[in-house]
Amino acid sequence: MIALLMRDLRLAVRAGGGFGLGLAFFLIVVTLVPFGVGPEGKILARIAPGILWVGALLACLLSLDRIFALDYEDGSLDLLVTAPVPLEGVVSIKALAHWITTGLPLVVAAPVFGILLHLPQGAHVWMVISLLLGTPALSVLGTFGAALTVGLKRGGLLLSLLVLPFYVPTLIFGAELVRRGAEGMNTETPLLMLAGITAATVALVPFASAAAIRVNLR
Amino acid sequence: MSIWEYANPVKFMKTTDKILPWTVGIAAITLIVGLVWGYFFVPAAENFGGSVKVIYVHVPAAMMAINIWVMMVVTSLIWLIRRHHVSALAAKAAAPIGAVMTLIALITGAVWGQPMWGTWWEWDPRLTSFLILFLFYLGYIALWAAVENPDTAADLTGVLSLVGGVFAVLSRYAANFWNQGLHQGATLSMDSEQHIADVYWFPLLLCLAGFVFFFLALVLIRTRTEVRARRLGAIQQRERMA
Repeated sequence: MIALLMRDLRLAVRAGGGFGLGLAFFLIVVTLVPFGVGPEGKILARIAPGILWVGALLACLLSLDRIFALDYEDGSLDLLVTAPVPLEGVVSIKALAHWITTGLPLVVAAPVFGILLHLPQGAHVWMVISLLLGTPALSVLGTFGAALTVGLKRGGLLLSLLVLPFYVPTLIFGAELVRRGAEGMNTETPLLMLAGITAATVALVPFASAAAIRVNLR
Repeated sequence: MSIWEYANPVKFMKTTDKILPWTVGIAAITLIVGLVWGYFFVPAAENFGGSVKVIYVHVPAAMMAINIWVMMVVTSLIWLIRRHHVSALAAKAAAPIGAVMTLIALITGAVWGQPMWGTWWEWDPRLTSFLILFLFYLGYIALWAAVENPDTAADLTGVLSLVGGVFAVLSRYAANFWNQGLHQGATLSMDSEQHIADVYWFPLLLCLAGFVFFFLALVLIRTRTEVRARRLGAIQQRERMA
C-alpha cells in the first residue's frame, strides 16, 4: 500500500500538471474575486472565509477525474483490483495521495491567500484548522464521484454535478467554523461537526467507491 | 405466494395491467375532489388570505419529493441485494417524477413566499435543502443517462442513491445549523393539537392521497414502459444475431 502511495505521488509530481495546478487555480480564484466585488478591505474580509472554502472546493474538484481515469486507460486499475490488497484500501490510498497533492498544499497556502483577502488576524488559525479537517472529506468524496464516472468517455461535467452536492455539509461547517473564529465566537460545534463528517466519510465512503469500481470493471 | 413473485416481469406486467386503471381512477377522483374542495369551498384563512390555497399543491408535492427518494433507496437496495430488474427499473422510472415534484414544491413555495414573506427566495434551511435534493435528483438522472450498459447503470445509480440519501439528510441538518429559517414548522403531525384546523385538514388529506396515487400511477406506467423497452432491445438483439 505504501508502494502504491509512493507511485501515485511520483506520478502526480513527475507527470506534470497535477501537482501545483490546483494551487495555481486556487490563486486565480482568489485573485479574480476582488476584481468582481471591488477592492474594499471590509467586504473582502467578510466574504474571505467563503471564498477560500469555495476556492478550495473547486481546486479539489478540478483534479478529481485523474484519480482513476489514467489508471483505467492504461489497464493498471484492473491489476489493482485483482491485487491482494483489498480494493477499499486501494481507494483510501488513492484518496490520500489526492489529498497530499491537492488538499495539503491548499492548507499550507491558505494563510497567504487569507492575507490577500484581508482575512482578520485571528481567523487564520481557524482557516488552517478547518481546511485541515475538511479537505480529507473532499478527497474521499471525490474518489466516490470519480469511481462512479470512471468508465465514461466524457465524465467531467457529470462528475461535478455528482460530487458538488456531496460537498455541501463540509462547506457549510468549514466556512461557519472560520466565520465564528473570525468573530471570536464559540467554535466548538462546527469544529466537532466538521471533524465528525470527515471521520465518517473517511471510514465509510471507500466501501461505496470500491463497489462502484468493481461494477465499472465488470 | 411471496412478494418476490412480482419481480418476475411477466407477472408484474399482468398484475399492474389490472391495477393501473384503478390507480389512475382513484388518483383522478381524490385529486379533483380534494383540489376543488380546497380551492372553492374552504374559507380564506386569517392572516393568510387566498394564498393559503397553494398549500394543497405545495405540501403534497414536498412530501412526495422526499418520499420518492426513500422509495428509490428501497428499490435500489432490492436490486443490489436480490438482482430483480423490475426493481431497478422502478427506481429509474421514479427519479424524474421526484425531480418534478421537488421543482413543483420549490416553485409553489416561491409563489406562496412572495405575498407572505415578501420575497421569492430566501436561503432558508428547508428551501436550501430542497434545492440540494433537486441537484441530487439531477445527478441521479444524468448518471442513468450517461452509462450505456443498463446493469452497470442500475448498480452505479443504486450506490449513488444510497450515499446520496445519507448526504441529503445530512445537508438538511447542516443547513438548519447554518441559517435560521422563515419557513413555518411542520404542518402535519400526529398530535392533533398542533396541526391545522379541520376545514383545511380534510381537503389536504385528500390531496395527499391524490398525490400518492398519482405518483403510483405514473411510476407504474413508466416502469411498464421501461420493461417494454427492455424487451424490445432484447428482441432487436436477437434479430441482429440471427
